[in-house]
Amino acid sequence: MLHGHQTWEFFHQPVILATGVVGGPMEAQGPLAKDFDILHGDLWLGQDSYEKAEKKMLEQACEKAIEKAGLKKEDIQFFLSGDLMNQIISSSFCARTLGAPYLGLFGACSTSMEGLALASLIIDSQCARYVLCGTASHNASVEKQFRYPTEYGGQKPPSAQWTVTGAGTAVVGAEGEGPRVKAATIGRVVDMAIADPFNMGAAMAPAAVDTIEAHFRDMNTSPADYDLIATGDLGQIGHHIAKDLLKKHGFDMGDTFTDCGLLIYSKDQKNVLLAGASGAGCSASVAYGHILNRMRKGELNKVMIVATGALLSPISFQQNETIPCIAHAVVIENVR
Amino acid sequence: MPIYFWAFVVGGLICVIGQLLFDVMKLTPAHTMSTLVVSGAILDGFGLYEPLIDFAGAGATVPITSFGNALVHGAMAEAEKHGLVGIMTGIFEVTSAGISAAIIFGFMAALIFKPKG
Repeated sequence: MLHGHQTWEFFHQPVILATGVVGGPMEAQGPLAKDFDILHGDLWLGQDSYEKAEKKMLEQACEKAIEKAGLKKEDIQFFLSGDLMNQIISSSFCARTLGAPYLGLFGACSTSMEGLALASLIIDSQCARYVLCGTASHNASVEKQFRYPTEYGGQKPPSAQWTVTGAGTAVVGAEGEGPRVKAATIGRVVDMAIADPFNMGAAMAPAAVDTIEAHFRDMNTSPADYDLIATGDLGQIGHHIAKDLLKKHGFDMGDTFTDCGLLIYSKDQKNVLLAGASGAGCSASVAYGHILNRMRKGELNKVMIVATGALLSPISFQQNETIPCIAHAVVIENVR
Repeated sequence: MPIYFWAFVVGGLICVIGQLLFDVMKLTPAHTMSTLVVSGAILDGFGLYEPLIDFAGAGATVPITSFGNALVHGAMAEAEKHGLVGIMTGIFEVTSAGISAAIIFGFMAALIFKPKG
């Protein structure tokens, strides 16, 4: 049901039955390694291209989530997925393997929560019993597409972020055990005229702020109502901008405000760290792995995940267009 | 000994210009490189790059600006001998060793390693 201007409140409270999280070598060295179901020591995953490796990760994450939910492939009634490749090939090719009715999504790095919001909407409106949603990114395939050829070794400024090699999927169902999806706020496209693709965090922060504020307004809540509010991949620079902007607008976020791009790597991974992590797989793997695990353990009970996406293309950047950004928020709660 | 010092300073300054083009002017790596090549070519057109090489040695020949200098240098030398056609043939006269080396070593590396990202 629509609540306020842009928020859905889910009366039937769809359940996140299980999640599947797959990561690469950098993620395996990070502090969240134990929250991944499968970790790969090699970027190639035994495939002959990085694009195929990305698809493979997504397939593995899907299989894992379905298996952990105690279901079979055939039980999945709809599959919602997106990624950062041209024409979202990782998702579509994975859907070919899965064989489930499929809707392809593109929200750049916001796809994780776009998928979860839509999956919850489908379940809540009783149009399915089980929906699988997910996304993936692979450092080498994404950086090749959005930046320069990786073998070219172009310099990156300290404001740049490192694309996560990871995939995260979730099986959402009408009933069962698990954290429940309470609400979702769909973001507007916000463009603050930043054109530098090496400073995505700064470009995306205003979109995150817009969505978070919209959510507080629509649901009549405040930061204190949440155990954790995690944006998805603003990185160091964007996180500070978002925090400052929210403070200016009267919301003191406190210690419960964090960013998926700051959680996934350790401080000693400096060579990759720069301003933090990014990529569709970042918020997906951190939210579906680390954050949901903490919820299952009871460390967190009410969480808002705000996945942010930079909606640029390599061509729009070359034509000096600015970077339009978006953020979608989903509230997940333990219901006893 | 002073030649090493000036090679270090001049070569370093050319790199500083490149880094500034990259960081401040926000040029892409490809635009930065092209700008430096064209700058070297223009400087040689005015006869200014040779004196820089005499002064700084490898500090002026190693950076990419030297490639622009070599292109113009070869073209002008051949043009003196063969006229307009010399401009065409002369461009790769001096630079052919560098270009051939890039192709040959690139080919050899591709035989041994997986040349794709």
